[in-house]
Amino acid sequence: MTATDRGPVQVLGEVLSNKRTGGYHHLTLVAPGVAERFRPGTVVALAVGGELSDRLLRRSIAIYRARATGAYKSTVELVLAPREPGEAWLASLAPGAVVDVVGPLGRPYALPTEPVPCTLVGSGLDAAPLFSLADRLKDRGCPVHMVLAGRSDQEVFGALDAKRAAKTVVVVTEDGSVGIRGEVAAVLPEVLRRSGSDVVYAAGPGHLLHEVAAVAEQHGAWSQTAVGTGLVCATGSCLTCVVPVVGEDGISRMVRACTEGPVFRGDRVRWGDLGTVPADAWGAPHTAEGDS
Amino acid sequence: MNAPDLTTAVGELTLAGPVMAASGCGGTGRELEPFTDLSSLGALVTRSVTLDARAGTRPPRAVETPSGLVVDTGLQGPGLQGFLATELPWLAQRKVRTVVSIAGENLGEWAELARRVALSPGVAAVEVNLSWPPGSTASRDSFAAEKIVAAVRRDIPRGVVLLAKVAADPHTVVDVSRAVLKAGAEAVVVGHGPAALALDPGTLRPVLGGDAGRLGGPAVNPVALRCVWDLHEALPDVPLVGGGGVRSGLDALVMLAAGASAVQVGSALLHDPGAVRRITEELSAQLEQRGIARVADLVGSAHRSTSETGDTP
Ligand SMILES: Cc1cc2nc3c(=O)[nH]c(=O)nc-3n(C[C@H](O)[C@H](O)[C@H](O)COP(=O)(O)O)c2cc1C
Repeated sequence: MTATDRGPVQVLGEVLSNKRTGGYHHLTLVAPGVAERFRPGTVVALAVGGELSDRLLRRSIAIYRARATGAYKSTVELVLAPREPGEAWLASLAPGAVVDVVGPLGRPYALPTEPVPCTLVGSGLDAAPLFSLADRLKDRGCPVHMVLAGRSDQEVFGALDAKRAAKTVVVVTEDGSVGIRGEVAAVLPEVLRRSGSDVVYAAGPGHLLHEVAAVAEQHGAWSQTAVGTGLVCATGSCLTCVVPVVGEDGISRMVRACTEGPVFRGDRVRWGDLGTVPADAWGAPHTAEGDS
Repeated sequence: MNAPDLTTAVGELTLAGPVMAASGCGGTGRELEPFTDLSSLGALVTRSVTLDARAGTRPPRAVETPSGLVVDTGLQGPGLQGFLATELPWLAQRKVRTVVSIAGENLGEWAELARRVALSPGVAAVEVNLSWPPGSTASRDSFAAEKIVAAVRRDIPRGVVLLAKVAADPHTVVDVSRAVLKAGAEAVVVGHGPAALALDPGTLRPVLGGDAGRLGGPAVNPVALRCVWDLHEALPDVPLVGGGGVRSGLDALVMLAAGASAVQVGSALLHDPGAVRRITEELSAQLEQRGIARVADLVGSAHRSTSETGDTP
């Protein structure tokens, strides 16, 4: 592909299948052009509600798997939970239904150049993109270890898949209904020590990413964290999905999760300041207060 | 019939097509490039440029509401210097018809922004964002609006067209427009959506980090249309740009018929990054279907009786 074909495309995707797995919906879309450009960590932004819908905002969903060469040429697979009406609409689509797809969008997980051990940490549904990441890492000879978390067994995504994808798998639930009862932060140091991981990849809510980034740092590993945010246009135009990130120059800036992210180096994100504009951010008002 | 003639003019500002990307909704242009041939844009209105860099409002900054969204970005941006160094040259290089939106905090800033923007190459027009700073009433108060536009006008050479963007409020739009025209604006842009609020259904607290915002999207379309209609009735010779909830070629057609010489597409671009190209194509098809040869023939036609327009079957 030439440099110009590497950008995102906008296509009418067709639902190939839509299956329920546990509490989640597994949606496969025929979306020409998207799979060819896919790299783990990138997302698609889907219009919801169909032609008569006045719902304006796209739903951004991390790509679970992508196949550029199959019977249906180019397909992308997504995992979703009907948490709000737009996602519920997507979850209800029957094979043959048409969805407007923009993607792949955003910055993917950076892959190591050497075949170093890696640990992949994901909570709930957010873990979905880690499986195609695991495949790419294994292609490069990296030993892959996984930690999957959730409130309960219902919420843990892909525990069976993980057995195939990774050398070792640790499952952690808050209620202990499957795996270890407790928190990721409690088990991760041991996983990193045992696996000798040089890189930790993570996907989940901000507090989890914060913990993962901190544990990775203590362990001397790099972390690559995918933030989920209220993505709006997902193409970088609207400047609404911003997070505070420290640049190479040491200056904090409000940067777009959809464009400069969703994957950031874990040690660059100001986790404690997520959801705020820190007073020392570039262009922040000089008082501690935000805008009126 | 030949393909309809889509060229239009907003006063001295000539455009290859009547569909513009509204301020803040087409990013810096780069973000739209994968989805739209940028030359298909009638014009790109930049995000409002402020004198100093701004980090913007505390997130979340946008929320979906019935048929629209409530948004407050707090004008995050690199400031005038950053804009002139990194954003404007890119647009100029690609020959994108560029309207620079400016937003000052006081009359001194407005004048400085106007002077430095107007001197830069590649600027087709300046759009004055009268809804800035937060709490300002200028977009719906003729006295305040006139002072700002006069300050800007003094510092802009005649060759650069001056547009004033006012509130899409039918109660104030005619008075405010008269004031900005008197102060030297060449055209009126309708306009900023109304102040709006969304509460989180769980916490019953404002969703947005800055608490309140402005409404955009299809929800505001009939209100914006009413503004354009009333303005064309009151000031038939004044060039108008109509924005607010435009998302289809038919919406654009209607806005033009009500009296706008061009339309602006805002939040529809967040939904569909190819919206300007699509709306332009849909509008062209509409014109062809209705046997209207030129956009210019359509502008304001809704105000004429059917016997005057009536060559359509
Ligand atoms: C994300 C976003 C950013 C915006 N930024 C600006 C801005 O910088 N300056 C401005 O004058 N209007 C800004 N607007 C307002 C739009 O230009 C437009 O006037 C408004 O959204 C109504 O049009 P619409 O219904 O087509 O969205 C912004 C709107 C949105 C949704």
